[in-house]
Amino acid sequence: MTTTTPTVAVGTQQTDGPKTTAGRVRKRLNSRTATLVSIVIAVVWTIPTFGLFISSLRPEDEIKTTGWWTAFTKPQFTLENYQQVLFGRSSSSGQLASYFINSLAITIPSVLFPLAFASLAAYALAWINFRGRDWAYIAIFALQIVPLQMALVPLLKFFSTGVTVAGVTLMPAWDLVDEQKFAQVWFAHTCFALPFAVYLLHNFISQLPGDLMEAARVDGAGHPKIFRTIVLPLITPALAAIGIFQFLWVWNDLLVALIFAGGGDETAPLTVRLAEMAGTRGNEWQRLTAGAFVSIVVPLIVFLSLQRYFVRGLLAGSVKG
Amino acid sequence: MEFDFAEEQPKFLMLMYGLIAFVAVVGGLLLLLDVVPAWFARRREAQLVAASASGAPLPRRPKQREGLFALFFMLPTVLLLTIGLVVPAIRTTLLSLMDRDSNEWVGLANYSWMFSESSIIRVLTNSLIWVILVPLVATGFGLIYAVLVDKARFEAVAKSLIFLPMAISFVGASIIWKFVYAYRGDGDQIGLLNHIVVSLGGEPKQWLLESPLNTLLLIVIMIWIQAGFAMVVLSAAIKAIPGDIVEAARLDGVSPWQMFWQITMPTIRPALIVVVVTLSIATLKVFDIVRTATNGNYDTSVIANEMYNQAFRYGENGQGSALAVFLFILVIPIVIYQIRNLRQQREG
Repeated sequence: MTTTTPTVAVGTQQTDGPKTTAGRVRKRLNSRTATLVSIVIAVVWTIPTFGLFISSLRPEDEIKTTGWWTAFTKPQFTLENYQQVLFGRSSSSGQLASYFINSLAITIPSVLFPLAFASLAAYALAWINFRGRDWAYIAIFALQIVPLQMALVPLLKFFSTGVTVAGVTLMPAWDLVDEQKFAQVWFAHTCFALPFAVYLLHNFISQLPGDLMEAARVDGAGHPKIFRTIVLPLITPALAAIGIFQFLWVWNDLLVALIFAGGGDETAPLTVRLAEMAGTRGNEWQRLTAGAFVSIVVPLIVFLSLQRYFVRGLLAGSVKG
Repeated sequence: MEFDFAEEQPKFLMLMYGLIAFVAVVGGLLLLLDVVPAWFARRREAQLVAASASGAPLPRRPKQREGLFALFFMLPTVLLLTIGLVVPAIRTTLLSLMDRDSNEWVGLANYSWMFSESSIIRVLTNSLIWVILVPLVATGFGLIYAVLVDKARFEAVAKSLIFLPMAISFVGASIIWKFVYAYRGDGDQIGLLNHIVVSLGGEPKQWLLESPLNTLLLIVIMIWIQAGFAMVVLSAAIKAIPGDIVEAARLDGVSPWQMFWQITMPTIRPALIVVVVTLSIATLKVFDIVRTATNGNYDTSVIANEMYNQAFRYGENGQGSALAVFLFILVIPIVIYQIRNLRQQREG
């Protein structure tokens, strides 16, 4: 990674800066202004989310007639909106609890499969000598740029009608119903995630010290054993970073779910339901605000508790190139 | 309909099947790779023992099995990428040259439709506005904020707050901002924007209905999400500038302004390019925001949204595929630019 040692050095520069009093005052003012401005901007940045959160706790009548900022002068809070939107009886209420479970059922396998397959492939590309290795790597690398829009129509057809070449059925139609459609979504997400995951993991795995592998090989360990006992433990941080990435991506995805999961409460995730509610019940703010927050809260927790891994993965993926 | 946990059980069952499949596939593959070579090794050992006992010529050394290992390690990835990405991408390219039901070849008709239909030209223009504004503003803001926050206290907290929207789904972000833009015909305004406008003495507006302003307001959502990404990457790049360079410049009496343009900017240029490229590609593919906020109505549609509409709502497979291919073509020059830059960087 490019961000290594010099981090500390920059920070200490400021103490032995300008020699004159005026210079020192200006310096301090500068840093104080910088602090102030950056905090103000950070607060402004957070206001929309904060407003949504406050609103989600207000009674329906209040949300619809007064701005959320009035809640500070005459506070009136309730959890009714969450109760309604999660477990409500009527079909218009959201029934988000169902969709929440769908989101979970979609996300967990969609994270595990690409992680496992990509680390296997990345290991082979980095440490097994075989003919055409460079070409295989370049091909997978290049696939990163294919927008997933390029795959949607044929992939959907593939699920619904199977593969038939010259009258011979190579693969029957999947014919999935209801919750079985999760499998389609897992499949699609796994395919779309692989190029990036292989690329990132290859970056990590290829930088492991070769002596380690050589020593293991001398001891008689084969590739599967080296992969399991040496490589996997060493790349855990990278796996965590990519795992968080993929988790956020799948949980927050709308397009893939819309096409491969359908819109019913048997399979559709939160995002699909929320987008639909925003379209058809655009003024039901008591439900939209609470619903949006329900969908936000899981990635927010994951993100805040694992931010370090996430940033590390981000930097490894983008700065390194 | 009361929420009933029992009704949700099939989903958990399906999830469990998925997890079992995961363990079976991955574990099975590793087991296979472990057991089969070991079996071969044992057989060869037995052969050697038998051969040396009977005095027969030793069997030839088996060929390197590296290739076989590689094949099995790569198998799931190669298989999935072929079925899920390569073949579909080729088929989409072919479909874009066919009619709506993919029965007859129509040549480039779908592409000429794209550039002649006025509503689609509007879509392309919108996408152009998006792809110019989002990377430019988000990167600019991210850069300024990264420089600013570098000297500030509470740096970690401030950065987290800016970065936070990255964790929020585009759908969630769109609802957050739809609420900011909300309009009420009578009584108090509940949307923050209209509230500000009214308290400044202006007239409240239905912001998302007013073209071309609405496109800009949707772009704000994307910038709000992506600025954090730009800021984090650029901030890391700024912190990675070697301390002695900064010190040397300071001893030469360089002003902060010069420092920024002559030291900071050239050093973080590679990171800057990566950010702009990443944001451009993400912006070209933007779909969720437009779909959630306006559903592409009121002249706000963009390529990815139109592609979805054509292919999956109107059943126009040809036209939808043509839009997808066009999206792909737009991405290529950006990527080539980045690859060329990376190569220069490695050589220089």
